[in-house]
Amino acid sequence: MRRLLLLEKAHIEEIDRYDIYRREGGYTSVEKALKSMSPQEVVEEVKKSGLRGRGGAGFPTGLKWSFLDKKSGRPRYLVCNADESEPGTFKDRYLMEKLPHLLIEGLIVSSYALEANRAFIYVRGEFKWIIKILERAIEEARTAGWLGKNILGSGFDLDIVVHPGAGAYICGEETALLESLEGKRGLPRVKPPFPAVVGLYGMPTVVNNVETLAAVPWIVLNGGDAYASIGIGKSTGTKLISACGNIKKPGVYEVELGLSVEEFLYSDEWCGGMEGEYGLKAIVPGGSSVPILPAHLALKTASGQPRLLSYESMADGGFETGSMLGSGGFIVYDEAQCIVRNTYNFARFYHHESCGQCSPCREGTGWLERLLHKIEEGHGTLHDIDLLWDVQKKIEGNTICPLGDAAAWPVASALRHFRQEFEAHVHQPQQCLFRRRASFVFANASVEIA
Amino acid sequence: MLAVRRGKKVEFSPEVLEQAQQIIRRYPEGQQKSALIPLLHLAQEQFGGYLSVEAMDYIAELLHLKPIEVYEVATFYSMFHLKPVGRYVLEVCHTGPCEIKGAEWLIQTLKKKLGIQEGETTADGLFTLRRVECLAACGYAPMLQCGERYYEFLDTEEKVDALLEQLRQNAIT
Repeated sequence: MRRLLLLEKAHIEEIDRYDIYRREGGYTSVEKALKSMSPQEVVEEVKKSGLRGRGGAGFPTGLKWSFLDKKSGRPRYLVCNADESEPGTFKDRYLMEKLPHLLIEGLIVSSYALEANRAFIYVRGEFKWIIKILERAIEEARTAGWLGKNILGSGFDLDIVVHPGAGAYICGEETALLESLEGKRGLPRVKPPFPAVVGLYGMPTVVNNVETLAAVPWIVLNGGDAYASIGIGKSTGTKLISACGNIKKPGVYEVELGLSVEEFLYSDEWCGGMEGEYGLKAIVPGGSSVPILPAHLALKTASGQPRLLSYESMADGGFETGSMLGSGGFIVYDEAQCIVRNTYNFARFYHHESCGQCSPCREGTGWLERLLHKIEEGHGTLHDIDLLWDVQKKIEGNTICPLGDAAAWPVASALRHFRQEFEAHVHQPQQCLFRRRASFVFANASVEIA
Repeated sequence: MLAVRRGKKVEFSPEVLEQAQQIIRRYPEGQQKSALIPLLHLAQEQFGGYLSVEAMDYIAELLHLKPIEVYEVATFYSMFHLKPVGRYVLEVCHTGPCEIKGAEWLIQTLKKKLGIQEGETTADGLFTLRRVECLAACGYAPMLQCGERYYEFLDTEEKVDALLEQLRQNAIT
């Protein structure tokens, strides 16, 4: 059965306007929390719900909240991470376009729980129209008395500021985001100290993804136990999956965690199956950073269980035969796609987006890009394939932030599952199906290399 | 060439200056540097689509920052242009999911139709063509960003022609 907690009202016309949103029951979680719950009670419900960070890491939200330093009495901040930039991921954009007031409602109850009087929404700069949608919605909410001083007579004050980024994938990493919000280059900070203790302007700060915050109103209204009863095991609730690639119906879907990949991919209710004549070759299930899975491991785990859209099932088999649910960026490749070319593309992306602080990432991502370009262009050797493995291994785990890992994993998993394809590019590059189909396009194209 | 000097000072009109002051006031006392990125966006929009040295120096002055603090930020983020650009900057996403849906085709088609290479501007000053990394439109590829908008599913020549025509018309009116 299809269960919608986030997008239940997304189809309602003009639900982005305050009046309509309110008419449909919007902001009742704020009334409930501010009138009948203490901040700590809200935190407890979120803990009970089992909600996990929807940005990609999957860290339990309630636990993250409980780390926030409230004792020192310094100002606390809540920052919403709306820097959606992970290739394959376009869900937060959809949520903010359709339901800006749901995010604002989530920010109000979450700020109340955290006893933070100022919240920021850090939106990637390219989403200019979304910034306008959010600013209008905030203005509407302020006029209606949901923001400002002494909200609903509770004594709780809150202001929300929308802050634009300016094009940098790294700013999706929470400490880089905070640096950027402070008006600096987005260079990730060394942790510890964690933002919960030393965050924005050196103050205790929680950074949560858009989708995470949007899940909080439902939890406050219906209780953490009710939320925890949805989903499967420790993957509670629902998740937005943005599906793209060679499928019939790309788009953003809300699924109850635990839905099988097979059903999600082939059912007409979701992706609608493969778009053309070719069958399934591989899936990147959680955004470009997570390991790629060949068709057989995408649909079933190594032990023969159906692969499910859940944190645990996706990770089943570790990196040898599994992957990660990540951000829910679900990229589907048909048999005519070239894994070498795709891996090169991602390596170029990470090289471009490396902030340059850590040598293994700054230099290593360049090496990955150049080696993969060489192999993709048909000039590679078998030694280059071994070198590729060696370089990614030296990046992984050796950097301040996870961008290094994110650059290494797609390369490692592609080599692990598709080594023959890399070898074929060394021996017979012209046999690549993608290359043959696309030759009319690439004949005159020069691929720039940074 | 890292950045361009125009050779004359620039400043916001009184209305835009008020807008800038409002942005600065959004941040806590003593944290005005937070307004830097929003103000650089505003400056780029106001001063011809790119950030000249004078534009960056002006923002430094507004926020009581050293110019280097502005330069280092302006050079870090890919949305800031440090060289003059055309009226419409066409930024085509070429990251993985867009590539498998024809981003390369879209770039080649635009190059052919506009008669320019990537990074160049058409002689009439209307179009600049760039390739950029993921814009979070993976399900709607191939696509490009132009100004405040995304143009998605640009998978036929007719659609590309229609877009260019529409932008040319907008430039006249």
